[in-house]
Amino acid sequence: MPDDVKPNAKRMSMIVTKGTLDWAYPPFILATTAAAMGLEVTMFFTFYGLTLLKKKLDLGISTLGNPAMKMPMMGMHMVMPNLVSAVPGVDAMATVMMKNLIKRKGVASIEELREAAIEAEIKMIACQMTMDLFEYTMDDMIEGPVLGGAATYIETATKSEINLFI
Amino acid sequence: MASQVLDVKGLNCPLPILRAKKALKDMPAGATLQILATDPGAVKDFEAFCRTTGNVLLESTVEGKVYSFVIKRAA
Repeated sequence: MPDDVKPNAKRMSMIVTKGTLDWAYPPFILATTAAAMGLEVTMFFTFYGLTLLKKKLDLGISTLGNPAMKMPMMGMHMVMPNLVSAVPGVDAMATVMMKNLIKRKGVASIEELREAAIEAEIKMIACQMTMDLFEYTMDDMIEGPVLGGAATYIETATKSEINLFI
Repeated sequence: MASQVLDVKGLNCPLPILRAKKALKDMPAGATLQILATDPGAVKDFEAFCRTTGNVLLESTVEGKVYSFVIKRAA
């Protein structure tokens, strides 16, 4: 247990299933903030969430199929038409725009948040099954996460006051 | 006069909380930390942070666009 987590501290677990740049934020923000507030946190990465554990993070976003993605562009908020995202380079451009926006607004990078999560000794579990499914190995991943399965997660969840599915 | 000043102006959630936590960790009980931030969300966040961690929010003021919080490190 991290040494600033008291013995009767609340516990939080989360299942992290998504790996795009925008979806990487909620789990890391919630986990690091909870840890900063004294909770004992466990993150279970599965499916596309596994990309968040890769040594070299290469997260992107796509403009496809997300009518809620209205980005500040040219002084107003614009939605990118679905057809446009099929054009080569558009998703990459959207990703770069998002990253620039993040930097400009003083928002932490995912690298920084992940580093904070590791420093806070947040427990990270990589789903064994989906690691095999996507043919990832622990060598692809950062140091720290351990492998586990559904039962491992369920046990953690039974002991946690807060369980989130992201 | 706070023992230490933490400048997180220009940084957005959750960085003010994370940096404050890091600074408080190395401070002795009773010492005070002044945090300068521009994130308006930090006002409620620091209130919640102090309520949950037992650290004491001595002061929460704003001057123009800069919010100032003074937190006393609990035991």
